[in-house]
Amino acid sequence: MSAPVKLKYTVPGDDFTRAGEASGSVKKALKKLGVCPDAVRKVAIAMYEGEINMVIHANGGEITVEITPEAVDMVLRDQGPGIENIDLAMQEGYSTAPDNVRALGFGAGMGLPNMKKYTDEMKVESEVGVGTTVTMRVYIKQ
Amino acid sequence: MTVSDVQKILKAQVICGEDSMDREVHTACGSDMMSDVLAFVKDQSVLLTGLVNPQVVRTADMMDMVCIIFVRGKQPDDAIISLAKERDIVLMATPYRMFTACGLLYENGLKGGCDIV
Repeated sequence: MSAPVKLKYTVPGDDFTRAGEASGSVKKALKKLGVCPDAVRKVAIAMYEGEINMVIHANGGEITVEITPEAVDMVLRDQGPGIENIDLAMQEGYSTAPDNVRALGFGAGMGLPNMKKYTDEMKVESEVGVGTTVTMRVYIKQ
Repeated sequence: MTVSDVQKILKAQVICGEDSMDREVHTACGSDMMSDVLAFVKDQSVLLTGLVNPQVVRTADMMDMVCIIFVRGKQPDDAIISLAKERDIVLMATPYRMFTACGLLYENGLKGGCDIV
């Protein structure tokens, strides 16, 4: 792999059953590129959590992924309601997900903390009423 | 043990993935909360759950799991089955409840992997 590989996905907000399609596709692409399994799993989990969040909270959004020999960079951008208190949202167990989402197996307040756990760098920028952008990086061990 | 051993111990019905029954599995986890599976599971190859929706398969895929067991005889729909087939994941349904199913596997040597958070 010499030139960066760039991937872009639109995440539909109205179909929970399709949440995870983009992450699955990135996982497949990374495997094909021969990226080490540890990095593949970290990217897949972090992006999947982000994708689920987009569907639950923000009516979908856009994800761009850039893969270089050194790292995988993910940018998840939505135009949802925004996060009022990012510090609180980063705490394990804090969730604003409705009961119907919990019934589907999510909304335990582990999404953002999990994304942080599985990535090497993560930045959350959010404005209430405007949207949220999550930027994440996972380094690829050579 | 193999996926086939798991099937016998749990008297499970194989829903898809018959070709992968000889795959080795060493650890398992049981949960209805996919958030927890993503947060706490490490290197487990079998997921036991009472939750039946496509996100169960996607979660197992992200975690590189090889087999999903639906407890209490729950049956996935066609969309879930085709997603599992695409991802080469074995689906089974056991008539046992979650606690008993986990206990039977544990008793037969399948461990939890990371017992303490």
